[in-house]
Amino acid sequence: MPTVSNEEAKAAVQDRSGAQPAPGRMTRILDSDFFHAFLRSKVTVVAACGTLILFLLAFLAPWIAPHDPFDLASISIMDARVPPVWMDYSDPRFVLGTDDQGRDLLSGIFYGMRISLIVGFCSVFAAAIIGITLGLIAGYMGGRIDALIMRIADVQLTFPAILIALLIDGVANGIFGSLDRDIFAFYILIVALALSFWVQYARTVRGSTMVEKNKEYVQAARVIGLPSVIIMARHILPNVMGPVMVIATINLALAVVTEATLSFLGVGMPPTQPSLGTLIAIGNDFLYSGEWWIAIFPGLALALLVLNVNLLGDWLRDALNPKLR
Amino acid sequence: MIGFATRRFVQAMIVMLVVALLSFTMFRFVGDPVNQMVGIETSLEERESLRERLGLNDPIPIQFYHFLSKAVRFDFGTSYQFRQPVSDLFAKRIPATLELSFTSALFALVVGIPMGIFAGLNRESPVSKLFLSVSLIGISLPTFFIGILLIFLFSVTLQWLPSFGRGETVQIGSWWTTGFLTVSGLKALILPSITLGLYQMTLIMRLIRAEMLEVIRTDYIKFARARGLPDRLVNFRHALKNTLVPVVTITGLQLGSIIAFATITETVFQWPGMGLMFLQAVQNVDIPIMSAYLLLTAFMFVAINFIVDILYFLIDPRLRVGRP
Repeated sequence: MPTVSNEEAKAAVQDRSGAQPAPGRMTRILDSDFFHAFLRSKVTVVAACGTLILFLLAFLAPWIAPHDPFDLASISIMDARVPPVWMDYSDPRFVLGTDDQGRDLLSGIFYGMRISLIVGFCSVFAAAIIGITLGLIAGYMGGRIDALIMRIADVQLTFPAILIALLIDGVANGIFGSLDRDIFAFYILIVALALSFWVQYARTVRGSTMVEKNKEYVQAARVIGLPSVIIMARHILPNVMGPVMVIATINLALAVVTEATLSFLGVGMPPTQPSLGTLIAIGNDFLYSGEWWIAIFPGLALALLVLNVNLLGDWLRDALNPKLR
Repeated sequence: MIGFATRRFVQAMIVMLVVALLSFTMFRFVGDPVNQMVGIETSLEERESLRERLGLNDPIPIQFYHFLSKAVRFDFGTSYQFRQPVSDLFAKRIPATLELSFTSALFALVVGIPMGIFAGLNRESPVSKLFLSVSLIGISLPTFFIGILLIFLFSVTLQWLPSFGRGETVQIGSWWTTGFLTVSGLKALILPSITLGLYQMTLIMRLIRAEMLEVIRTDYIKFARARGLPDRLVNFRHALKNTLVPVVTITGLQLGSIIAFATITETVFQWPGMGLMFLQAVQNVDIPIMSAYLLLTAFMFVAINFIVDILYFLIDPRLRVGRP
């Protein structure tokens, strides 16, 4: 059994020799400034745990949710609009009550969060790919291409993302017609969100690319005759990824909120594949008749998710920015 | 100064042209305008003559030119849903949106600035920390959910305030209607304005706090204190004044997003403004309304940006040095 000090010594040796087996890397992460700063901020630790728990609840929904809201056989309309367990006329099977079709709200929230997060991750990923590609091209090529891409970015920045997403959604509505829309809703939503959020990545990546491209390693790569595409993808890209990760974290929260808003407005996920926003929209119709839980619980879940991710993103931004220490 | 303004103006015009092109593309190519206007029983010949009359057979650049020259005269065609001129529909709904936006901007400033000043001056006080935590929650709650919570609390549970509509309105002039002059109109304004303004309020509060923290560390503030000037004078005359430059910029720019986010608030509260109409147009693929809304908001955004740029230049003398 190796002791801790042995482990560290081994890690140090391995560092010097360049090899990086898993235990050495783990020790290094646990011993880094980054991790210590993380432990020092209690709020961040709580936020990280909260995010982890919510992610687990969402992605493990099919296994841990008490009911399957998509299984029509297990749903009974007789169970519709049952209040949460601590109220009168409740049913112990449904902890947070049921919605208008008798689906268990707690399970609905798990599944809804899953859909919200999948849409969020996909759209952040798509936006990052568009933004990074255009940013790399603009920063590396310079000249007219740079001017063109950055002007487009400027024009888009004058509009709030939600408006752009709404417009794209409206146009997609016009092209696909409302019948096909339900099938494509997921993809339309991701395209709309990705096209609304790419600008930030492009601007950041362009800035760091312009710095990196004058460094010696890029010049060396150019001298040995590597094509521009390889230089951009293999050599510059890894060195501009730091800030991208921060933007991606903050944008995940933003994408989840925007998705929820679009779904609430009725142009996002359809009721057949409800995200948190769709659930709130459904519940909103019953707010006036006193069945508040159908709207409020999904809303609280959404707020909790966004708050945790936001806290994490804020901290990450400060931790990776040495100027603010 | 004139050179700077001209350059900005040219940029603004280019942005408007690009947006107009987008809006034209949408108008012309998403769905067939003729199909939207005629019934199923219209014959092919009639369709063709309508097509000719509408100028849909002209070369695309000429069509774009016609679209532009009409748009400048606020002629955006006829709504597919309402069979009325789009410009009339907008004229009816603009007052509602502008009154809502104005009230919520006012709310954001009147509440946000004092909170920010307090939090900036008393950094360690528990009240400031409370402000900050509340603002974090305010940023994390989506606008529409804030609206739902307010409705649930004040309309459904307490039944103090109405949950939808504008209340009674009074007509001023030929087309402006206002809710400012009746009790029910004012009551109806409260919840939507708070919903819409809350995010901007937290933003302004955080901004002022950050600026205040920065400014009170500078030498001239220390010197003013060393001279024995009263705190009130130092805080408000010297410090606050210098925090206002970014506030003017951000407030100006936020005015644009207030108008955009009004779409959401108007939907939650069924507020009869432009945003609600735009959303209904998106749901029903009413392209003329969508393209007109795009052009109108773009115009507002560009105009606001332009004015803010010029204001910035006028307020902060440091920017003038070194510029041609």
